[in-house]
Amino acid sequence: MEKPYAITLNVGSSLANHTGTWRVEHPEYVHRMPPCNNACPAGENIQNWLYIAEDGSYEAAWRELIKENPFPAIMGRVCYHPCQVACNRAELDEAVGINSVERFLGDHAIEKGWKIDPPDHETGFSVLVIGAGPAGLSAAYHLRRMGHTVVVRDATHAPGGMMRYGIPQYRLPRNILDAEVNRIKEMGVKFEFDTRVDDVHDALNEGFNAVFLAIGAQLSKRAYIPASESARILDAIKVLHDVEDGNQPLLGRKVVVYGGGNTAMDVARSAKRLGAEEAIIVYRRTRDKAPANDMEIEEALEEGILMKWLSTVKHAEGGSLQIEKMELDESGFPQPTGEIEYLEADSLILALGQEVDFSLLGNSADIDTKDGVMPVDHTMMTTHPGIFAGGDMIPADRTVTTSIGHGKKAARNIDAWLRMTTYEKESDKPVVAFEDLNTWYYTDAPHAVRERLEASRRVQDFSEVVKGLDESTALYEARRCMSCGNCFECDNCFGVCPDNAIIKLGPGKGFEINMDYCKGCGICVSECPASAITMISEV
Amino acid sequence: MLRQVEGSKAIADVVAACKPQVICAYPISPQTHIVEGLSQLVKNGTLTGCEFINVESEFSAMSVAIGSSATGARTYTATASQGLLYMVEAVYNASGLGLPIVMTVANRAIGAPINIWNDHSDSMSQRDSGWIQLYAENNQEATDLHIQAFRIAEEMSLPVMVCMDGFILTHAYEQVDIPEEPEVSKFLKPFVPRQVLDPAEPVSIGAMVGPETFLEVKYLAHQRMIDSLETIQEVGVEFESQFGRDSGGLLKSYKCDGAETIIIALGSIIGTLKDLVDEMQVQGHSIGLVGLTSFRPFPFDQLRQAVTGAKRVVVLEKALSTGVGGIVTADVRTSLRGTQIKDFTLIAGLGGRSITMKSLKEYVLRAMNDSVAELTFLDLDVNIVESELAKERALR
Amino acid sequence: MTTTPVKFYQVGSFAVGNRLLTEEERSGQSNPDRANALTSGHRACQGCGEALGARYALDAAMRAANDQIIAVNATGCLEVFSTPYPESSWRIAWLHSLFGNAPAVATGVAAALKAQGRTDIRVVGQGGDGATVDIGFGALSGMFERNDDVLYICYDNEAYMNTGVQRSGATPPAARTATTQAVGEEPGNTFGQGKFLPRIAMAHEIPYVATATIADLRDLEAKVTRAMEFRGARYLHVLVPCPLGWGSASCDTIKIARLATQSGLFPVFEAVNGEVVASTKIRHKVDVEEYLKLQSRYAHLFSPTRREDVISHLRRMADKNIARYELMGE
Ligand SMILES: Cc1cc2nc3c(=O)[nH]c(=O)nc-3n(C[C@H](O)[C@H](O)[C@H](O)COP(=O)(O)OP(=O)(O)OC[C@H]3O[C@@H](n4cnc5c(N)ncnc54)[C@H](O)[C@@H]3O)c2cc1C
Ligand SMILES: Cc1ncc(C[n+]2csc(CCOP(=O)(O)OP(=O)(O)O)c2C)c(N)n1
Ligand code: SF4
Ligand code: SF4
Ligand SMILES: [Mg+2]
Repeated sequence: MEKPYAITLNVGSSLANHTGTWRVEHPEYVHRMPPCNNACPAGENIQNWLYIAEDGSYEAAWRELIKENPFPAIMGRVCYHPCQVACNRAELDEAVGINSVERFLGDHAIEKGWKIDPPDHETGFSVLVIGAGPAGLSAAYHLRRMGHTVVVRDATHAPGGMMRYGIPQYRLPRNILDAEVNRIKEMGVKFEFDTRVDDVHDALNEGFNAVFLAIGAQLSKRAYIPASESARILDAIKVLHDVEDGNQPLLGRKVVVYGGGNTAMDVARSAKRLGAEEAIIVYRRTRDKAPANDMEIEEALEEGILMKWLSTVKHAEGGSLQIEKMELDESGFPQPTGEIEYLEADSLILALGQEVDFSLLGNSADIDTKDGVMPVDHTMMTTHPGIFAGGDMIPADRTVTTSIGHGKKAARNIDAWLRMTTYEKESDKPVVAFEDLNTWYYTDAPHAVRERLEASRRVQDFSEVVKGLDESTALYEARRCMSCGNCFECDNCFGVCPDNAIIKLGPGKGFEINMDYCKGCGICVSECPASAITMISEV
Repeated sequence: MLRQVEGSKAIADVVAACKPQVICAYPISPQTHIVEGLSQLVKNGTLTGCEFINVESEFSAMSVAIGSSATGARTYTATASQGLLYMVEAVYNASGLGLPIVMTVANRAIGAPINIWNDHSDSMSQRDSGWIQLYAENNQEATDLHIQAFRIAEEMSLPVMVCMDGFILTHAYEQVDIPEEPEVSKFLKPFVPRQVLDPAEPVSIGAMVGPETFLEVKYLAHQRMIDSLETIQEVGVEFESQFGRDSGGLLKSYKCDGAETIIIALGSIIGTLKDLVDEMQVQGHSIGLVGLTSFRPFPFDQLRQAVTGAKRVVVLEKALSTGVGGIVTADVRTSLRGTQIKDFTLIAGLGGRSITMKSLKEYVLRAMNDSVAELTFLDLDVNIVESELAKERALR
Repeated sequence: MTTTPVKFYQVGSFAVGNRLLTEEERSGQSNPDRANALTSGHRACQGCGEALGARYALDAAMRAANDQIIAVNATGCLEVFSTPYPESSWRIAWLHSLFGNAPAVATGVAAALKAQGRTDIRVVGQGGDGATVDIGFGALSGMFERNDDVLYICYDNEAYMNTGVQRSGATPPAARTATTQAVGEEPGNTFGQGKFLPRIAMAHEIPYVATATIADLRDLEAKVTRAMEFRGARYLHVLVPCPLGWGSASCDTIKIARLATQSGLFPVFEAVNGEVVASTKIRHKVDVEEYLKLQSRYAHLFSPTRREDVISHLRRMADKNIARYELMGE
């Protein structure tokens, strides 16, 4: 049609007007550090694997997860999940059940028999890992992925370290442990069991290019407790080790466990399962001061374990213990009161913590230790070149996950060291705070709780107490993730731009800003639920 | 077929014969009978394919017309007086957008003081609105002009006002030949809008235009209006050849040959003036008459030709530019620029004041000797105005 | 084993899109091939809520009508920023006539379409609050009363923005505008009787009346879609914050709209045949103050002295809405 001059215009002709020139700042897509990732001692990209799992791509999610941590099924059972403590969703309703989704993915992978591909090339370097606990296994796994030859030596006859000889089966079924460790074997890592390393120097002489020390803390701490001959005093680690080896320890009907940590809980709960009628935990401080995980205390209580807080064992005799009551002073320390009571006990199990056995350092003083642990530098290397260390034996939190993180970090640095380079960690990204999010856009979705075995059934045997989530619940839980700091393709930016200046690139590809039209109003930034866009000044 | 009908009825019937698709109107005397007639024709099924919208104001009437015309529908409305003024903003908008709306103005005075009777103040106030304005001498011409109006409007993409004297024509029963729909349709041709709102070929109509471009837009509108002088004539000629009546064109000369004095007028007064010319010519006076059909566009050249040879013209006006005088005179004067022809203005018939032959004749006789003032108010009661003026001035 | 049903839109369900939803379940605005009835290059201010609201609404209308839309626009920001010669941002058949006649022009378009037998083409009339509640009010009421087949959308930014932020009949009490300055004993706009057009529209008992904001796209789209299911006169009143006129940060436009709803100051509801049939519940109740303090048009309520009396008056207005439209609860 013939259009009257100037009065009637062609549609869409304003595209010729590049309003981007008005702008003094512009939005930019960013990846920020989600608090969960930041808190994960193994450095998992939690947000990312949750994101992948959200559309049911479990294998891809699992593969993303195991880039950092080869043990999701184990993690999903024993990790104390600091990620969930950090999770921003906790401030909205409840933290995302990261751990339960992780377990689902791990179990699902075992069920489906997903394998880890062997490395596509061999570097020719060989590394000895001493200790098949989580630190050692993690290091072996990562080193092998990088193409190094890896030998793992362990004094015991099965892999896992404390995951096997400490953590009882009702918390970590051994088929799970075996399945995940097996995958590492299948990648070509060589295991040598029942092979205690007596001197680390020998290993170096054997021709290994580097060594990773991960011997954990195997020695039980001993407190001086006056005791008569007849007193039966055991150490917790030994008890748990025996249980695992099938050597039923003789505990009697009434068992007292001395200590307030997880080991104390585990051993007390194991005692119940082994037939003890009564298991009592004696601890010199209060419940909230006890180092044991609160959930574990709770589960122990459910199972009928008795707790004697603010109490110390003064004297042990056959069949009875002398207990002194304590009280807290102003600064919160327990002080003896002189008040004494007696407790019937067939055995007393000490669970007072572990120490590192440094005997394998030999006589040479070329590897430093300090305060009972082994200091390492930022590359996880000891004071001896080529010898690295991690896990319980170095100064850090003593958890499976921390050890796995150490193993990974050590592997990356060993790799660099072998290639005579340095490992450059990605620079730290700012952590996303709850206030950075626009939580309006998230629907209310309460946390899905994992089912537990009834307490009465639990104490009958060592069956697993905590159940996993079924698929739909795991999916539900994954989808509760708010994707802190990372785009999850909610299309908000694309939708809310008054200038249509955002280009949607398609599934998985995210978005792009069309600078020809972006006026820099910043609405996309304000309305991004996940804080994955930021404003950059142009002046 | 000749029928003895009220003017308004003739208009309703002929508009219906033009097959408008949308009619919208708001009642005001003396336009009411026209739209009442049309509403009946739509309601009783005589006029099909037409939406009759009873709007809530004249402003909306013209606005509905704008929307409908821009959507490619043949559109009609009618108003008068206050109603025309109430819709003014939209009147200008319709022409600015080049929408071929046809509107009847049943000419009536404008208040205050409120007055329902005839004069041309209403349509004259829209002189510069960008609408074509055609004035009808009688109901036959009014009827015929409506047919031509649609044709001119749609050809030029300009709105057309057909002005007919309120009551004098709208309410007069006369013999009128009202063409039937088939003949009219043959004459009109289907409406092909210049621009149209259509999702299939979308455009944005009604842009904001700044100083760099506004002048050109206005110039184009001006030129289009000038071009329509030719269209009006051509359509008039074609109308005559199809319907056998010379009822269009720009102006009509009546016995002007050799006349020293020529009266110029618009609308129904032409009938009276023809009688006057006849009578005075018989009495030997050198007098003629030009009836203007098209006031907008103004036929400057044609008027000059029509009065060539005359010594003077007398412009009879039914409207007043307060404080100045004749409105039509201004344009007449422009067309006579460079000639020796004198002009006089006679303001007559305001607010329905009767224009008698006697007074007219007295005035013309004096004008023929140049012994009238340049501006004369016919039959003005001098006593009243002088005493009132004296009082007013004393109070100031 | 307990199974928790998965809501497929669990994450970001109030967001524009969501990759986890099926195409049909996603909002129209998340579609990369959306109509963009109002396209880039328009000259609205940074962060203009009206530009956003118009695209949201018209895209939804396009979707509902298979792209068969003609829009009629009143004079105002939306018209001025979209069609300054030589560029138009519209991608639809669009007509601007005057400030006060959009409803009537729309009626004319609808009448023409009906006469032409093209009722597959749907008509949208639109204008600012000034065009709607003030100067075009008579025409709008006429259009309602005749039940003409037009969806009229008012983009309410609570003042005459295009002419430089003067008060309109929709300007809220206490708000500062260029003609209700923040001076004197009672600074800002006076507390009048209010002129909430949706209720007036309802009094006409037209088939459909609804309110919406640019803060809830899905709701807005649903309402446009619903409106298009009816024939006859329909009215949609969309709150569109204006950073310029409200004195707010350009990035806060949607947030402010959200706070308007969550404080109760702007009720979101729909009415069929003159009766309220549903209202959108407040999800996270906030005090009116949170809404007010982001806008410099209310700055005089907080400094130099805090006007608790005025703030609580506004709070009472919000509470009245909450009660009247049952905005709290399930
Ligand atoms: C009872 C108990 C329960 C626990 N529960 C949890 C829990 O639920 N979650 C959690 O995160 N953490 C838990 N922990 C802590 C966690 O198990 C340890 O922090 C973690 O296992 C340490 O890993 P690692 O590899 O450093 O050492 P270890 O797991 O102790 O493994 C060290 C390995 O080195 C071997 N080794 C030692 N010396 C030699 C040598 N000279 N030659 C060859 N091999 C050697 C050992 O046999 C052992 O296999 C628990 C610990 C205990 C004791
Ligand atoms: C008859 C008339 N009166 C006044 C104006 C001046 N005018 C143009 S737009 C406008 C204000 C528009 O306000 P609103 O309808 O609320 O739209 P906004 O610009 O706020 O979006 C005014 C007063 C006009 N164009 N026409
Ligand atoms: S919401 Fe998701 S990304 Fe954010 S902290 Fe929790 S698990 Fe991590
Ligand atoms: S003044 Fe307000 S309504 Fe107008 S373009 Fe700017 S932000 Fe939009
Ligand atoms: Mg406004």
